[in-house]
Amino acid sequence: MNEKKVTNPALEVSDMQAYQDVAGEVAVEDARVSCRDVRVYYGDKQALFGINLDLGSNAVTALIGPSGCGKSTFLRCINRMNDTIPNCRVEGNIRLDNQDINDPNSDVVELRARVGMVFQKPNPFPKSIYDNVAYGPRIHALAESKDHLDSIVETALKKAGLWKEVADRLNSPGTGLSGGQQQRLCIARAISVQPEVILMDEPCSALDPIATARIEELIDELSENFTIAIVTHSMQQAARVSQRTAYFHLGNLIEVGDTEQIFTNPQQQLTEDYITGRFG
Amino acid sequence: MTGVVLALAAVSFLLVTIFSSGYSAFWRTEIALTIEFDPKLMKVEPDATFDQLQQVNYLALFRKNLERAFPEVTARADRRELAQMFSESAPDLLREMVLADPGLVGARQVVSVLASSSVDMITKGNAPRDIDEARRVISDQQLRWLDRFDESGLLGSRFNSDFFTSGPSRSPELAGLGGAIAGSALLLLVTLLLSFPVGVAAAVYLEEYAPQNRLSEIIEVNINNLAAVPSIIFGLLGLAVVLNFFGLPRGTPLVGGIVLSLMTLPTIIIASRAALKAVPPSIRDGALAMGASPMQVMFHHVLPLAMPGMLTGTIIGLAQALGETAPLLMIGMFAFVADIPGSILDQASALPVQIYLWAESSERGYVELTAAAIMVILVFLVAMNLLAVLLRKKFERRW
Ligand SMILES: Nc1ncnc2c1ncn2[C@@H]1O[C@H](COP(=O)(O)OP(=O)(O)O)[C@@H](O)[C@H]1O
Ligand SMILES: [Mg+2]
Repeated sequence: MNEKKVTNPALEVSDMQAYQDVAGEVAVEDARVSCRDVRVYYGDKQALFGINLDLGSNAVTALIGPSGCGKSTFLRCINRMNDTIPNCRVEGNIRLDNQDINDPNSDVVELRARVGMVFQKPNPFPKSIYDNVAYGPRIHALAESKDHLDSIVETALKKAGLWKEVADRLNSPGTGLSGGQQQRLCIARAISVQPEVILMDEPCSALDPIATARIEELIDELSENFTIAIVTHSMQQAARVSQRTAYFHLGNLIEVGDTEQIFTNPQQQLTEDYITGRFG
Repeated sequence: MTGVVLALAAVSFLLVTIFSSGYSAFWRTEIALTIEFDPKLMKVEPDATFDQLQQVNYLALFRKNLERAFPEVTARADRRELAQMFSESAPDLLREMVLADPGLVGARQVVSVLASSSVDMITKGNAPRDIDEARRVISDQQLRWLDRFDESGLLGSRFNSDFFTSGPSRSPELAGLGGAIAGSALLLLVTLLLSFPVGVAAAVYLEEYAPQNRLSEIIEVNINNLAAVPSIIFGLLGLAVVLNFFGLPRGTPLVGGIVLSLMTLPTIIIASRAALKAVPPSIRDGALAMGASPMQVMFHHVLPLAMPGMLTGTIIGLAQALGETAPLLMIGMFAFVADIPGSILDQASALPVQIYLWAESSERGYVELTAAAIMVILVFLVAMNLLAVLLRKKFERRW
């Protein structure tokens, strides 16, 4: 992406602050994840200013916005990966199936089994393809027998559209696959424990167009069974895979709505500037 | 560039010097003597029991056989000179032969007897022969006898396997590295068992769990400083604390290993921390996001990935420990221990200490032994470093 001049004074990072009005309806009817007033601080620095957003069941929600606006930070709130960052503090209310995930009594291990994550750069474990997919079921003790584990691995790889390519070399290292295959392996790893939600943080940014198309197809298929939130820098990708789109800007949610509406008829000037490519 | 060439030249000069003066130690000169196991000389009946055979004066048997072989040598002093051409182990050799095969009594057999160190040096050319008698290691008379042996084809030489198995000795031709090798092996074992777990645990704590405060900063700086402390200081520490305060037995591999562990720890900790740092954060994130606990992330992912680097650091640390001398001298591992140590609580020597003791010995026979022992320790060091390199290569490529 070529560098674009910052034209809007509101884009200065030093101006980071809470915006008042969010265009569009943040709540959805069949919300699986529901976030209210989510604020995140890295030490003294605030990165999210009271985000309200719902992720609808079995739907794909795209999160877009310029770099550093807090999309990844928001995503990491939902599986509490921010807990692993020193100095990071999360406030506000996040509910998964109406349970507060930050409740002191709730178990983060169980949460992460229910909310899977796929990262920007494919990060298969330096183990065999089989062990990559079997890792989750193993640590969560989901398999009753070796055969059961085999079938879990097979199902996950099939759902991730990787089975045909790797069925005959399950014991070779996962890191030996191509980039696109590695990312699908990571998706298979994430769905092996049958999560409800899958968070994807720019899952295609390290892939070539063909591998990207393959993953986009896959996301479409997966949305039948999973609630998906995907961060993307590509407008076309957001338009192709998502039903709802949320536009983030400097730690605030500016606008959220049906994907089609956001791209054809944005309500906020900032949203329009971003999707028409005036900055990015 | 010139610096590299100079350094290489210096190293090759060193290696050539050591090799040329040490390789001869792997061979020993022997003299073939016909020995008559005459029951009369042995003062036993031909059907003597094992016990009786043990009582025999084999020194006398050997001397008498020499007298028979050299009837012309009659003067007491000459006889002594003749006997001195042979290793003082000759009677022991005869004893072993007879006890192993009592049927020898009454028989005569050609026995290859180890030559004395002085004769050995002359035959190998390690000591000059064409000089004044006063400065030569053997007398004119002995030289004539030696030439006679040579002409009759009685001189031989064999591979000196005793060098690797026997302990130190006051006679150079009998001295071996066996005790020192065993002592060094026990030392390294203790060092490994102490420093590897402690070093890895310390590295994991410092790298993964320690809070970022003044205390951990101080600890960090001091670990790096520890690596630069002169080794003799560790020896003093061992002397004051391990020996005098805790009262552990002096000069044993246990105490030596404790002291060497202290020296090896910084190397292992620093290497292990680097190995932990090199584990990509994306792997940790991936595992955490799958719901692995921090403990599981550590044991399933981080440690296995860091292990080759940790092992490499450990091997290099142990290689340093193998060559360390000063702290071992401080804790009394320089005693003359003829027995090969069997446990970490036995008095023992170590390779570099043995080299030091031989090097400062005044007997010329030890010169080639010193060089040979240096060759042995160099072989061990090269092997260990090679292992470290291979380990790193192998695991680098695998994933
Ligand atoms: N680990 C961190 N420590 C401190 N600040 C961070 C950290 N991660 C992100 N930030 C800050 O939080 C803001 C949002 O970052 P991020 O969520 O990564 O944005 P995005 O994913 O939208 O590009 C940025 O200003 C970034 O500098
Ligand atoms: Mg990001």
